[in-house]
Amino acid sequence: MADLFNGTVGLWLAVIASGIYHGVNPGMGWPLAVSAALMEGRRGALFRALAALAVGHFAAMIGILLPFALMTMLVQWQVEIRITAALVVIALGLYLLINRRHPRFLARIPPSRLALWSFLVALAHGAALMLVPIYLGLCGTAAQSAGHIAAGTLMSGAAGLSLLVASVHTGAMILSGGAVAFAVHHWFGMKFLSKSWFNLDVVWALSLIAVGGISLGALWL
Amino acid sequence: MNLRPDPTFHASAKLAMEAPAETLAYTLLLSPDASQPDALAIIDVDPKSKDYGQIVHTVVMPNKGDEFHHFGWNACSSALSPLTGHAFLERRYLIIPGIRSSRIYIIDVKGGPKEAKIHKIIEPEELFAKTGYSRPHTIHCGPEGIYVSTLGGGGKDGTDGPPGIFIMDCETFDIIGRYEMDRGAQDKHYDFWWNLPRDYMVSSEWGLPPQFENGIVAEDLIGGKYGHKIHFWDLRGRKNVQTIDLGENHQMALEIRPAHDPVKEYGFLGVVVDNTNLEGSIWTWWREDGEFHIRKTATIPPEPADADDLPELLKGFGAVPPLVTDIDLSLDDRFLYVACWGTGEMRQYDVSDPMEPKLVGSVHIGGIVRKSDHPSGNAYKGGPQMVEVSRDGKRVYWTNSLYSTWDDQFYPDGVPAAMVKADAGVDGGLTLDEKFWTKFPDGYRSHQIRLEGGDCSTDSFCYPSV
Repeated sequence: MADLFNGTVGLWLAVIASGIYHGVNPGMGWPLAVSAALMEGRRGALFRALAALAVGHFAAMIGILLPFALMTMLVQWQVEIRITAALVVIALGLYLLINRRHPRFLARIPPSRLALWSFLVALAHGAALMLVPIYLGLCGTAAQSAGHIAAGTLMSGAAGLSLLVASVHTGAMILSGGAVAFAVHHWFGMKFLSKSWFNLDVVWALSLIAVGGISLGALWL
Repeated sequence: MNLRPDPTFHASAKLAMEAPAETLAYTLLLSPDASQPDALAIIDVDPKSKDYGQIVHTVVMPNKGDEFHHFGWNACSSALSPLTGHAFLERRYLIIPGIRSSRIYIIDVKGGPKEAKIHKIIEPEELFAKTGYSRPHTIHCGPEGIYVSTLGGGGKDGTDGPPGIFIMDCETFDIIGRYEMDRGAQDKHYDFWWNLPRDYMVSSEWGLPPQFENGIVAEDLIGGKYGHKIHFWDLRGRKNVQTIDLGENHQMALEIRPAHDPVKEYGFLGVVVDNTNLEGSIWTWWREDGEFHIRKTATIPPEPADADDLPELLKGFGAVPPLVTDIDLSLDDRFLYVACWGTGEMRQYDVSDPMEPKLVGSVHIGGIVRKSDHPSGNAYKGGPQMVEVSRDGKRVYWTNSLYSTWDDQFYPDGVPAAMVKADAGVDGGLTLDEKFWTKFPDGYRSHQIRLEGGDCSTDSFCYPSV
C-alpha cells in the first residue's frame, strides 16, 4: 500500500478511483441530474445539471488543494505539512464517524442552485479533503524527480498539479455519476435509485481515515 | 438509521402506486368531553385477515383533553432527494399533535401493530417557548426536517401574534424554531403542502382559536371573518411571495392538495362554505411563469331542508350546506375525493383536466338531514369527514367527526366514532364496502386516518411519474 502511495501511477489511480467513488454515490448528486431531465422532459437538462454538479465539485477540490499548492514553497516543512494534512483528514473521518448528522444548512440551498450545492456538499462531507494526502503524495514524487529547483518554479508546478488533480478527479466523478444518471434516465428508471442507494456514511468516514493513515504510513516508511 | 432507504420511500408517485397495499390503518380517537385520554387506534385493513376492519391495538395517551386532529409520519418519500441528506431515515414514528392542548406525541410503530408505543412527549410549554405558536396541526416531512403548521399564536387564547409553521428535527424531534422569515399578509393558518423540486409551498386559513375552540361563531361566519386567503411561499427562502384573496364570502379555505407529480404546477383547495349561498367549492390553483393563479372550478349546492330537521345553527337557512371539510387527491392525480360533511356525501371527481373537475362517483352516508345508514345496517352519525386514499387508488377510507365543539353544533345527537371504506372503480365510481365496519370504544370520536407505508396526503415525491 505504502509503495502504491509513493508510486506516481498508484497515486493517479487513487485520484481517479476517488472520483468514481464520489460520482456513483447518489448523495453527491447524480439523481438530481435525472430529476432535471425528467422535470424538463429533455435529456439536455441532464447534461446541464451534470455540468453544474461538476463545476461545484471542481471548485471545492481546487479550493482545498490550492492552499496546499502554495505551501509547497515551504520545502523544508514538506513532511510536517503532509503529516498535518493526514491528521486533519483522519480527524474529519473520526468526526463523521461519531457525528452522522447531515448539516442542515445544505437543505436550505434551492434546488435551482446545483453548482453551489455540489460545492458545499463536497466541502461538508470532506470529499475535497480526501484528495489532499493523495495530492501531496504526488507533489512529493514530482519534487523528488525534479531534484533541487527554485521555489517559484516548484510552486507553479504544484499549482498546475493541483489543477490537474482536481480536473482528473472531477472528470472521473462526473463521467461515472453521469453514466449512472444516463443509464437510470434511459433504461433503469427511478426505481434504481432506492434499490441501489447504500448508506455509505460509515464507509465514507472510514475511507477518510484510511487515506490519512496510508499517507502517514507512506511518510514513515 | 437504515443501511438502505426505507422500502416505503418511493422516488415517484407512480412507484408508490405499484408498491404492496396497506394492511394497517392508524386512526386518531378523541374524547370530545375530555373524560378519557385520546388514543391512537391501529386497525387491520387486510381483507384476508380475520380481524378485517377491526382495531387490533390502541395506544392510550397519559393525558386528557389533547383533542387529536391531524398527524403525520417522521419521514416519507421526500427523503429520496440528495438535497435533504436524510435518505436513510426510517418511516417509523407518528407525530401526533393535540390541537387543544398543544402537546405533541411521538409514537413508535415499529415491530408490528401490537408493539406501538409512546416514544417521546413534547410538552406545550416547550412549543410555546421555542416558537411562540400554539395548537399544532398539519405535519409534513420537508427539506430541513419535520414541518408543523399551527393554528394559534402565543398567549392563552392563541391570538398573541399570528400562527405559523415550525420545524422539528427529524431524528431527535427537538423543536428547532419558526419557519417564516417573511410571512407577508398571512395572519391565520390551517394546512400547507408544497412542490419540493420546484421549491414552492402553499398554505391556507381556517380561523383563530377563539373562532373555533368553543364552537363555530355564527357572526364571524356571516361577517366573513374566517380565513379566505391562500398563500404561496418561496419554500427554502421562507418567504410569502404571493397572497390571493378568494373573496370574503368564501369562508374557511382548508385542505391544500398539490398534484403529486412534481412536473405539474397545480393543485386543489377546498372551501367549506360560501356565506352568501351555502355552497361548498373546489378551487384549482396553478403557477404560470412564476406567478400563481386560482379559480373556482367546482361548486356543490346546499340541499333544501325543513327547519324542523335542522340544528339550531341552521334553522334560519332552510337548507343544509354541503360543508366541504376535507379533500384528497389520488396518487395518479386523477381522482379528487371531496367530503361533504353536512349533506352526508363523499364525492369523487375526475380531475384529469384540473380546470374542469367531473363528478364521476358519489356515496351517501350520514348527513344532517339524510342520515343514510351504512350498507351493513349500522347507523352512521355525522358525515364523511377526514378522507384517506390508498396509494394504489383502489380503496378510500374516511371517518365522521369534524371537531369536538362543531360536531355538537351540527350534529347535536352525537357523533360516535365511525370509519368506513369504499372501493373505487378503475375509471371512477365509488361503492361502500359493507364488510368494513369498525367497532370503536365508547365515548370516542374518530378523526384523521394514516395508512401503513404512506398514503395520498403524506408523501411528497421528488421525481416525476414517468
